Amino acid sequence: MINLGKRVGKQTIKLDSKPKIISAYSVVGPKEGEGPLSDYFDLILQDDLNGQKSYEKAESSILYNAITECLKRAKLKESDINYLLAGDLLNQISSSNFAARDLDIPFIGLYGACSTMTESLGLGALLMEGGFANYIVAATSSHFSSAERQFRFPLEYGSQRHPTAHWTVTGAGAMLLGKQGNFPYITYVTTGKVKDYGITDVNNMGASMAPAAIDTIKQHFEDTGRKPQDYNLIATGDLGKYGKDITLKLLKEYGYDIEKIYIDCGDEIYGTNQETNAGGSGCGCSAVVDCGYIYKNIMSGKFKRVLILSTGALLSTTSSLQGETIPGIAHAVSIEFGE
Amino acid sequence: MNMEGNEKKIKDKFHKVTDESSPKSKLLKNCICAFIVGGIICDIGQFFNNYLIGIGVSRDDTSSWVTIIMIFIGALLTGIGVYDKIANFAGAGTVVPITGFANSIVSPAIEFKKEGYILGVGAKMFTIAGPVLVYGIGSSIIVGVIYYFVSR
Repeated sequence: MINLGKRVGKQTIKLDSKPKIISAYSVVGPKEGEGPLSDYFDLILQDDLNGQKSYEKAESSILYNAITECLKRAKLKESDINYLLAGDLLNQISSSNFAARDLDIPFIGLYGACSTMTESLGLGALLMEGGFANYIVAATSSHFSSAERQFRFPLEYGSQRHPTAHWTVTGAGAMLLGKQGNFPYITYVTTGKVKDYGITDVNNMGASMAPAAIDTIKQHFEDTGRKPQDYNLIATGDLGKYGKDITLKLLKEYGYDIEKIYIDCGDEIYGTNQETNAGGSGCGCSAVVDCGYIYKNIMSGKFKRVLILSTGALLSTTSSLQGETIPGIAHAVSIEFGE
Repeated sequence: MNMEGNEKKIKDKFHKVTDESSPKSKLLKNCICAFIVGGIICDIGQFFNNYLIGIGVSRDDTSSWVTIIMIFIGALLTGIGVYDKIANFAGAGTVVPITGFANSIVSPAIEFKKEGYILGVGAKMFTIAGPVLVYGIGSSIIVGVIYYFVSR
């Protein structure tokens, strides 16, 4: 009988069975492929429609690709997998639903906006810890063009991008959890609370999500008794250049200085010459950086202990028109390798 | 509770830090860009205006023709995917002239073609231009009524 995980502190579960991430796969669009992390992505699309008729179909197809390639890499069949946990940004999480339609895997759809990567990975790890599954896939996707048309303007509409605006990442990432083998493993899952400090500007997503990231990081340290120096890397999802800055400054107010080990996936994924302003965003942003850059560097031994937090802005097009502020959420997953 | 008090302090600090961290739009630079590009668009319009008058077209017909030509140029540049790139540089300079109006109708028409011609193109074509039309026509009626009484 395996040891069951236990709750530590207010919001964290310590996983004694240490579920392993036995494979990961990332697919990105052409623009992301031109960015500084291009060497770490598994597949770079030449055509952001991926041979499909619409951007929604394209997003669904890259999510499907990421999941199936992730399984192939571990030499597993769809029928070996007990759960697929996935979500995306589109209404009714349609990209995930339609990708799951073609898969022979029991499916749980999640919505956590751009926090979906660590939401699905964290939940998957808890299901593994409970002994409810042998293999679980956690996956998510986003597409610049499908997100633009749902949340903003038509692609060809001429408008000036705000300096704090983000660029939705075209990409999908999938991670496969298993029990056996020498792979990076998950030790802690800290579930975040929804935080809303009153940002109403939809062009400043970084600021709207920063409070949630700050709160979850602080809570993770409090719950686990760990300190910033216990980690080689702390990576938030898509706060971008300015949200990252806010997070660093305010965590210092709580007494945590993470400056030396802190990156933001949205800040890293594009080069400064790519005119994305604040940086990348979308579920795919943290998914492809986690599955690409971070997972590969953990495997190579560069990082031994990593805390990943995907961050989500929980707004809808209706809520912002009705003057609602933008709530944020962030979930943390601690990944370790070696020893 | 001590913790809650602590968070309140952070929350107050958050707005200060956010204001410092988030860059503002560069108003002066944007105005200059808008002036230059908007000016060039108007120059192009004026060029056609002068040319048509030069070849003997009447003034009334000329203004109709110039409008048609400028809308065509705006729609064409939108269709070949250039207008949004100019607009990111020019801002209001490409929104205010009539080419911007063409862009605001053609871009959703292209975008929503995938949802079909009736509920896609037909229904969504005026999502951006619609408010402009409603308040443009609405205010012109009000002005017209005022003019009617004032000029009696």
